Amino acid sequence: MSHSELINLTIAEARDKLARREFFARELVEAHIAAMDATRPLNAYVTETAEKAMEAAKRSDDRRDHIREIGGSCASMEGIPIAIKDMFCTEGVPSTACSKILKGFVPAYESTVSANLLRHGSIMLGKVSNDEFAMGSSNTTSAFGAVKNPWKRADDAADLVPGGSSGGSAVAVASRAAMCATGTDTGGSIRQPAAFCGIAGLKPTYGRCSRWGIVAFASSLDQAGPMARTARDCAIMLEAMAGFDPKDSTSVDKPVPNFEAALTGEVKGLKIGVPKEYRAPGMTSEIEALWEQGIAWLKDAGAEIVEVSLPHTKYALPAYYIIAPAEASSNLARYDGLRYGQRVSGANLTEMYENSRGEGFGPEVKRRILMGTYVLSAGYYDAYYRQAQKVRRLVSNDFSEAFQKCDALLTPTTPTPAFAIGENADDPLAMYLNDVLTVTVNLAGLPGMSVPAGLDQKGLPLGLQIVGRAWDEETVLRIGDVIEQQSGFNSLPAGLAKL
Amino acid sequence: MLIEGRTGSWEIVVGLEVHAQVISNAKLFSGSSTAFGGEPNTQVSLVDAAMPGMLPVINEKCVEQAVRTGLGLNAQINLVSVFDRKNYFYADLPQGYQISQFQQPIVGEGVVTVDMPDGSVKEIGIERLHLEQDAGKSIHDQHPSQSYIDLNRSGVALMEIVSKPDMRSPDEAAAYLTKLRAIVRYLGTCDGNMAEGSMRADVNVSVRKPGDAFGTRCEIKNVNSIRFVKQAIEIEARRQIEIIEDGGSIDQETRLFDPNKGETRPMRSKEEAHDYRYFPDPDLLPLVLPESLVAEIKASLPELPDEKKARFIDHYGLRPYDAAVLVAEQEKAAFFEEVVGTADGKPKRDPKMCANYVTGDLFAALNKAGKEITESPISAEQLGGLIDLIADDTISGRIAKQVFEDMLESGKDAAIIVEEKGLKQVTDTGAIDAEIDKVITANQDKVEQYKGGKDKLFGFFVGQVMKATGGKANPAMVNEMLRKKLDG
Amino acid sequence: MSTFDKATVARMATLARLKLDDDELDHFAGELSQILTWVEQLSELDTDQVEPMTSGVAGEGLRWRADHVDDGNCQDKVLGNAPEAAQGFYCVPKVVE
Repeated sequence: MSHSELINLTIAEARDKLARREFFARELVEAHIAAMDATRPLNAYVTETAEKAMEAAKRSDDRRDHIREIGGSCASMEGIPIAIKDMFCTEGVPSTACSKILKGFVPAYESTVSANLLRHGSIMLGKVSNDEFAMGSSNTTSAFGAVKNPWKRADDAADLVPGGSSGGSAVAVASRAAMCATGTDTGGSIRQPAAFCGIAGLKPTYGRCSRWGIVAFASSLDQAGPMARTARDCAIMLEAMAGFDPKDSTSVDKPVPNFEAALTGEVKGLKIGVPKEYRAPGMTSEIEALWEQGIAWLKDAGAEIVEVSLPHTKYALPAYYIIAPAEASSNLARYDGLRYGQRVSGANLTEMYENSRGEGFGPEVKRRILMGTYVLSAGYYDAYYRQAQKVRRLVSNDFSEAFQKCDALLTPTTPTPAFAIGENADDPLAMYLNDVLTVTVNLAGLPGMSVPAGLDQKGLPLGLQIVGRAWDEETVLRIGDVIEQQSGFNSLPAGLAKL
Repeated sequence: MLIEGRTGSWEIVVGLEVHAQVISNAKLFSGSSTAFGGEPNTQVSLVDAAMPGMLPVINEKCVEQAVRTGLGLNAQINLVSVFDRKNYFYADLPQGYQISQFQQPIVGEGVVTVDMPDGSVKEIGIERLHLEQDAGKSIHDQHPSQSYIDLNRSGVALMEIVSKPDMRSPDEAAAYLTKLRAIVRYLGTCDGNMAEGSMRADVNVSVRKPGDAFGTRCEIKNVNSIRFVKQAIEIEARRQIEIIEDGGSIDQETRLFDPNKGETRPMRSKEEAHDYRYFPDPDLLPLVLPESLVAEIKASLPELPDEKKARFIDHYGLRPYDAAVLVAEQEKAAFFEEVVGTADGKPKRDPKMCANYVTGDLFAALNKAGKEITESPISAEQLGGLIDLIADDTISGRIAKQVFEDMLESGKDAAIIVEEKGLKQVTDTGAIDAEIDKVITANQDKVEQYKGGKDKLFGFFVGQVMKATGGKANPAMVNEMLRKKLDG
Repeated sequence: MSTFDKATVARMATLARLKLDDDELDHFAGELSQILTWVEQLSELDTDQVEPMTSGVAGEGLRWRADHVDDGNCQDKVLGNAPEAAQGFYCVPKVVE
């Protein structure tokens, strides 16, 4: 098969063809390394590990041969080339959270999630970019520079953001430089870039994937998840990533279902809730229209549509922008230039801290540390942090009520399509509004997925979000798969061939 | 206790925050060892070094030890407690925060009964007990311009036991610490070793005129012996009184005690106002204790010092002071009980005599030799043997002292020493009678004087007879027979 | 409710050990005041009877580990990324206590 054919396969297709020995893992990996080279101008990868990947591919082929000899079945992602977000610590490979303060940090350990993926046979091509410490919705705050969306407006040459914080992951997958990538999602960091880049991305139930070895941003909200081109590929990848980890006190001891088996193509009888509060201010009419279209697709497929109310929706975003910075301000205290990362010397210990952190963190990170420090400080804790946590409870309760009436929710993923690099840069609040439809799901700890559902008039991809009950990723994936079938979305960015 | 100042009497008010290292194999939130004295940074996991993405998982033993201690302090056990982060930057605090418990500690209010030297008791309130991580160690004397950081201690479990401000003198604070140490040692939850730092105290001191409201307090950090706690309180109280009497006021601050200079001084490095920004640690869920576990731990508690003391008074008829001295250490109490022994469910030997020997001669000898009760050169059985010889009149109390000294030296049994040295008491009336006759014959003049009314001379005759028998004559018999001869 | 003026930014920067120059102080004061005003809409809600939600995991208690020594003894890994280390220690500018 040609490189171009290989890189356009889905994981499910590649898996089956590898099994039928239509090609070898080393060919598949080679094709993706070539794509990684070709798409370098998009700046998705921050550390390429092509050599290691080729060695791993050979080992993968050997394993497959061996299993063929002895009889048995290969691991679920045997030979599949993947990209890992730089928030994940990878043993022997630089892991920096795309921050100057972690420059040169090479962990002596492998995050549980990436270790699970490797154990399931997948092959790491390299580390992909994210907003610094996963704080952002545009992947412009990375210490390695902005990442470019492979999609462009039909009438405009401007480079667009891929969304964030998992922008590098989304771009690598959309541009065929990886078959799938890990993401982390604290307020929408998987789903928003997935929507902006025309791919699928799932934030699992909080506690489904171990956080061990992932650089923490906001511990009570962070969750790793799959980013791939189809719901089916997300299902395959999630199954390989997920699972109980005794090293993470917030990991929940539940069996990992066969997620792919949940993709029955059948939504008949499912009750789909449509929350009226999700008609967010600033939402484009095209996105509203797409939402209506999504509702119609599911209705046609036999689902029952019910209107539900999530009355505290508008308070979710401000609550998030108190809780997440508060946790971050504390989580990022360990980056002090003492035990790892970048140290900038000072006359005394305090100056060393201040210089290292002052130079090591970028403006967005500093802003959130300052905000987080403030809302936790004496005299303000109750008014801000505690109040935000109470609001979090109200948001969570809204979902519980809604799920009395329906099995899943359908909403748009973002209020707008991808915007140009530089837009919103001077207005943090406008930037924060990107997450308005996704943060609620993190606050409640629920599974949420974005699937590509269509293009706007300028040819940019738009995503629909499916939100499920806690631990019910299966229903979420099933609905996502049905929407994909109905939309017939072709996720190949038009401009990609020119690279 | 009141201190006299220029303007009248002052009362000292003391509260203690004791940090007690939990006895456990592994650290509070990681699997690295808690052993004392390893090579630098060898008892450190990636979690303890706060590497990116590392997460805490709580050690069940530490939880159980905290509950155990709480029960030993007669305190409320909170079935739901919460771990918070206490945020501050310091070189030996790798996470940039300490995991501690702030608003919802594992143990609430309790009470400790302390024994004062005069035999009286006083109740000191416990405010709370919570679990927290220890910090690492900064070493400042290895390099001219650098401090060295060792994280071996980082993450070791501590119990912070906070008293109410119920102590009114250095002696009460010392008695409280002594009792607290005894309790945790009985429970096996902390070794109480202040010299190695496994128990250390932050001492809150203020002064006031009796009857006034509490004054402003100063916190003296990390005092590492009971003696220093007493000294620090005394010195700090006098410093505060002097300032107030000079028309000044006390600044609430953290101070250090310098035993060499005999002063307290403000800590330089912690001058800036702290704002710890406590919030619930999002890496940890609430700590929920099953009621059954608390019941199980309660059922497994050993007899604690107060119960033991009460039993010693009740069962053995000891004086409260002796009982308190004996129960101060579990090993001492056990030694005493072994000396007494049991026969048909009753004390085999006279408990009071045993207590006198243990708390008197034995403790004095151990003290002199700098030995613990567990290192005693005389075993409980041997001491019991000595007491048996007194009880059955084989030797007199006076000879017993001599035998005791010999036992210390030689480690031999009392009976053997008595045998070898021929120290057996003379109870043969004929032999005593003969000695008495000799003494009377040799001292006719004194006999006359005695008969003439000089009663005090009786002691002289007793002494002469005892001397003649090498002290071995039964003193009671000597007395009786002499009276017959002289008065009869 | 409150303001995020320059002095407040400076105070927070000290607490968070962030060196900020004067321009940054001004810049953040402006942005953070705006954000603070925006988040203050939360005070509209009556939450007196609401229990704060501190975790994404519902209804679970903390899981415990057994008291086994199964980690540590990896000085090389602990010090491997240190900007400065000597004799098995991390090194920092001298601290005066």
